[in-house]
Amino acid sequence: MSIRIQGVSKNFGSFRALDEVSLDVPSGSLLALLGPSGSGKTTLLRIIAGLEVADRGTVLHHDENITDYEARDRKVGFVFQHYALFRHMTIAENIGYGLRVRGVSKQERQTRVDELLKLIRLEGLGSRYPAQLSGGQRQRVALARALAARPNVLLLDEPFGALDAKVRTELRQWLRKLHEEIQVTSVFVTHDQEEAFEVADHVVIMNEGRIEQVGTPAEVFERPANAFVMDFLGNVNVFHGRVERGRAVVSGLSVAYPDYQHPEGRDAAVYVRPHELEVEPTPTEAGSLAAKVLHVNPTGSRTKVELRALDSNQLINVELTPERFAELGLKSGDIVHVSPRRVRVFVPDYEI
Amino acid sequence: MASVNRKVLPGFSLTLGYTVFYLGLLVLLPITAVFVKAGSLSLHDFWGAVWTERARAAYLLTFGTSFVAALVNVLLGGLIAWVLTRYTFPGKRIIDALVDLPLALPTAVGGLVYASLYVENGWLGRFLVPLGIRGAYTRLGIVLVLVFVGLPFVVRTVQPVLADIDPEAEEASSSLGATRWQTFAFVILPTLFPALITGFALAFARSIGEYGSVVFISGNMPFKTEIAPILIVARLEEFAYGEATAIAVVLLVISFSMLLVINFLESWSRRHDR
Repeated sequence: MSIRIQGVSKNFGSFRALDEVSLDVPSGSLLALLGPSGSGKTTLLRIIAGLEVADRGTVLHHDENITDYEARDRKVGFVFQHYALFRHMTIAENIGYGLRVRGVSKQERQTRVDELLKLIRLEGLGSRYPAQLSGGQRQRVALARALAARPNVLLLDEPFGALDAKVRTELRQWLRKLHEEIQVTSVFVTHDQEEAFEVADHVVIMNEGRIEQVGTPAEVFERPANAFVMDFLGNVNVFHGRVERGRAVVSGLSVAYPDYQHPEGRDAAVYVRPHELEVEPTPTEAGSLAAKVLHVNPTGSRTKVELRALDSNQLINVELTPERFAELGLKSGDIVHVSPRRVRVFVPDYEI
Repeated sequence: MASVNRKVLPGFSLTLGYTVFYLGLLVLLPITAVFVKAGSLSLHDFWGAVWTERARAAYLLTFGTSFVAALVNVLLGGLIAWVLTRYTFPGKRIIDALVDLPLALPTAVGGLVYASLYVENGWLGRFLVPLGIRGAYTRLGIVLVLVFVGLPFVVRTVQPVLADIDPEAEEASSSLGATRWQTFAFVILPTLFPALITGFALAFARSIGEYGSVVFISGNMPFKTEIAPILIVARLEEFAYGEATAIAVVLLVISFSMLLVINFLESWSRRHDR
């Protein structure tokens, strides 16, 4: 079931949590709301769930206006960061709760609970209490509880936030697989871009109560709409330079930038991702920056090299393939020459 | 091999030592004295002192009114704790402070005031007595003052637990389709249950021992409104110390076994926290 959010605003006192947000969540999709804390992503999720009331705007489920519905009438499954399991109920009672309050018969409930225990791979633990389970198991129970009454929409608020790294990775993949199986429209909130990209098929990037960009992970990563998105997606080198006549210039280095053809130069921020920087032992003809190697981290699938530009003293992060790294034989103290394969330029939005 | 202290918190033996010492000095020693004094009676005299018709009526009245008062306090105190933790309103701090007042006020004052309010020409009595509700010199009066005396115990045990309830559990319940009443009955009440039992036990125990307020409102009529502590005092006034302590022993034994049962109930209601 699709979700449509139209012009939703929400203030907490003088703090503007959401500012005229509109968003379409297609039926059956798995969408991530990604943003820093205070960006309004959780508030938006809670408004979809009916746990928070919007000051203005409407929320539709499949063309039905549910703005004024209470949480219990919305048929959403909500998963909390800290599980929010009922401590005094067994796992089976927790999962069956949504059916129990809707008056489903005991027998039918039992069947559904068993089915879900199997789905979350916790068969045989139905009579335990939440305190006897690990964090990852509890979160799976919370998910099963949310799914028990077959909600139209599944909402997850930082579902992996309280878990340790290994369990988190496992659960992400499991959630992805689960979504492929049950195909329920799902929205989850996260501040971790890696998590969003790994799990979701659509990513919504939020900042200061507004949506900055919506797209598939590839779209958002490859074509960030603005400087905030570029910055937030992390791990990027920012150079302060100028643009003029179709070129961007950073400390003597000139790169093609066809989007700005004006003869009058303007200040601009030039963004280069670490893996889009080329490192050579000698200066290149097209122009390069001389830099000194500060630190090398060869662990992981890509070797991370930290450099300091000789002229501006700016720190530059570079990622190399292990093969390239071996070829160059870098060690700290070496002088190298870097040149970008690709840059993104964002000219600040001001007009004189 | 040297023994290694693996406890995280130091001072276990010291604190336990003090605990045992003070409990012994302040609680066990006086109680033992009561038992010893009662033991000076022969079995026949003991039985004759504690199992008269008048004494049996007094026990029944003491435990009956205490039980009813504690039950009322669970409802009333639970409600007050709910209002104080869940809502903000002007004067909340004053109401919060008022709750403790029965602890500070000499209970005799409470008993006197209640009696003067509920007598036939008292402020409340002039309206209630014509309706057949007699709050002074009746069992109802005893329950009224015991509710007054026991109220803080329930409020103060329930309040912190209520404040600690995870608001997300309630949100989870409502997003799972529960009505407010279902959320209250299935999620909030079971969480409060252990605290309500503890509050009940404290108010109940406090009521069994209460003397000062009851003596002024009950009228102390044997077989009707005479509670066990008053019977003890009556024996003391006759210089029958052995008989007085014998009744105290019976009160103690019944109270202790009841509190034991309540404690079991309380720990059973916490079984999910293991």
